[in-house]
This record gives sequence, C-alpha cells and structure tokens, in this order.
Amino acid sequence: MTPLLFVLIVVGISFVAGFLGALLGLGGGLIVVPVLTLLLHVDIRLAIGASIISVIATSSGAAAAYVREHLANIRVAMFLELGTASGAIVGAYLAGLVHPRWLYILFGAMLGYSAVAMLRGIHATPSDEPPGALSDWLRLNGAYFDHATGERVEYPVRRPLLGLGMMFGAGTVSGLLGVGSGALKVPAMDLGMGLPMKVSTATSNLMIGVTAAASAGLYFARGQIDPFIAAPVALGVLAGALLGSRALKHVSSERLRRLFVVVLVIVSVHMIWKGVL
Amino acid sequence: MGAPPSRRRPAAGNIERLISLTLRTGVLLSVAVMFAGIAVTFAHHPDYFHSRPALGELTQSREIFANTTGAVARGVREMRGQSIAMLGILLLIATPVVRVAISVVLFAVQRDRRYVLITAVVLALLLTSLMSGLGE
Repeated sequence: MTPLLFVLIVVGISFVAGFLGALLGLGGGLIVVPVLTLLLHVDIRLAIGASIISVIATSSGAAAAYVREHLANIRVAMFLELGTASGAIVGAYLAGLVHPRWLYILFGAMLGYSAVAMLRGIHATPSDEPPGALSDWLRLNGAYFDHATGERVEYPVRRPLLGLGMMFGAGTVSGLLGVGSGALKVPAMDLGMGLPMKVSTATSNLMIGVTAAASAGLYFARGQIDPFIAAPVALGVLAGALLGSRALKHVSSERLRRLFVVVLVIVSVHMIWKGVL
Repeated sequence: MGAPPSRRRPAAGNIERLISLTLRTGVLLSVAVMFAGIAVTFAHHPDYFHSRPALGELTQSREIFANTTGAVARGVREMRGQSIAMLGILLLIATPVVRVAISVVLFAVQRDRRYVLITAVVLALLLTSLMSGLGE
C-alpha cells in the first residue's frame, strides 16, 4: 500500500466512524481503533493516539451544531463534566496500575449491561418522579425542538447526583482506555437522569471533547500521536460527524435507540473478545 | 436602569451561540492546518504517491514522534509537513479547553455564580491534567 492510498482509506473509514459517532453519541474511536489495527496493521499505540484525537474531532464537530440548535443541555454538560474530568484524571493514574486485559473485560461487561438496560427502556413508561431540589437549584431542566415530531419538548432532569457518579465512572474508563466513552455517558443521562435520548446524545458529544482533551495531553507527551495517521483520521471523522449531526434531527428517537442497542452489543462483544484473547 | 433585563444579562441563546462559534472556529482552524500539513508532506515527498516501503516508515516506526510544543514549533519553522499537521492536532486538543475557559467568562457576565464555580473547577481539573501530561 502506498502512503497516498493509506491516507485515502483512513479518511474514508474515519468518515463512516464519525457519521455513526455523531448519531449515537460515541466518539468513533471504538470503530477507528479496530479498523486501523486489524485491517491496516497500524501499531496499536499509534491507533489509540489517533483515536483520542478523533474523539475530540467528533465531539467538537457535532457539538457545535447541537449547541446552536439547543439540543445539547449546556448546564447539564458543565455540571456532569465535574465528574468526567476528575474521573479521567483518576483513570489516567490507574492506567499504570491495572492490567489492560481486565479493563477491556470490565468495559465490555458494562456495555453489555447498558444494552440490556436500554432495550428494556424502549418499552418503559416515562417516570413521574419529580425532578428534585438539586435539579431546580442548578436549573438543569430544559427544552428542545423535536424536528421529527415538530413539537417543543420540555423535560425535567432527575437524579443529578446519580448522573454525576456515573459520569465519574465514564471519565475513569475514558482516561484508562483512551476513548470518549459516549457509550457510557448516553445511558447515564438517558436511563439514569431521564433525559430525552436526543438530548443525551447531543450533550454527550459536548462533554466527550473535554474528557478526551485531558487524556490527549498524556498521549502527546508519550509520543503516541503520529500526525500522518491522526490528521487523516481527524479530517475524516470531522466530515462524517458534520453529516451525522445533520441527520440526527431527522431520525426518530425510537429507531435511534434500537440502532444504539445493536452498536452497544457489537462493541461489547469486541471488547470482551479483546480482553479474553 | 432603563435597559431591558435581556440587555443587562445576555440571554442563554447568546451563550450557546458563542460556544458553538468557539467550537466551529477551533475545528475549522485545525482542519485547515492539518490539511496543509498533509499536503506539504506529499509535496516534499513525491515518492509517497507510488512507493510502498515508504508507508512503513510513517506508520510502523517505533521512534517517538514530536512530543513537546517546542519540537513542533521548530518543525513548523522548517516547514516540515508532519510538524504542521501536529500543530493542527494541538489546536484541536486546545478547542474544548478554550470552550470551557470561555464558558467561565460567559457565566460570570451572566452573574451565574453557581456555574462560574462549576465551570472554573472543570477548567482547573483540565489544566492540571494537561500540565501533568506535558510535564512527564
């Protein structure tokens, strides 16, 4: 393979990863790393370095649109970033102590659990539980315009402390594995805090950039970022994320949720397989 | 006194527009620089269009890539394509950090003390993490 062909293939794959990432609130890193290593035989350390850059690219590219359209809840994002940022620091510290094999298995198991919980959620009736004093004090409750139904949807935010705790976990995983961990952030908001799926996805995209930026400094310092790989990955992912964020408002929440469950199961099997191997 | 409340306190919509603008500017800037870096790399190395062995040096190399801001700055001055691409990557890493920093200011202008505190703590955590990484 010539360097030119390599760059073109990497851009193409990253484009698809970015599109799916923006639709599902994932960083796209979970798609980019296996493809780079298994298909293109790139050194895993360099693939992970490129992945963390793609995570920032997806987040920023998609979040710019979501924030403008009031789909992302900025207050919820700011509040929960307390959890993800401190978790990411703890995770980066733990990374040197725990064997990655167990991290993969743990992550895979958590994703599998999220998929099961999410599948159940499709048929669940909305909770009547009141938002609570902390949500009011932090003014977390919000509203968005749903383009699929053409209605303005007001939503309360429940259990903010549970969400914060789950975000600490998501941040820790992010720091440990060098991923955005949107797959953990979306269920934390969707299932844990009762946010609408689209708001969860959009807010997750906004938060992922901050979490990933914290780890990216470490990867850069370790010399794990190869510009010849990371730049094409970032360019492809950005273009894909831009298109994905436009498609999101035209997709119905129910279909998005089912698609998300399928992706969770696939990623879960992939992660556990990698840990066992 | 005479100004309507919306004038004294910027509406939430303004915050969202500014954050969106920050993200877009950072992303567009880093895209342009990364693209230029890749273009310069190919311009300096015409063999990259057809040579197969050349790829190994670019993707399998065990050598450590530029990992200090000083090394990247030197490479950019020498017009090295890979260093220019790395500058674009650094701009991308900086984008969410700048977004949080701007949010602190915006919440302060809104006199929203709770969120000034929350956002400032996030910024401090982020900078601490980045500094410890660059200091390794």
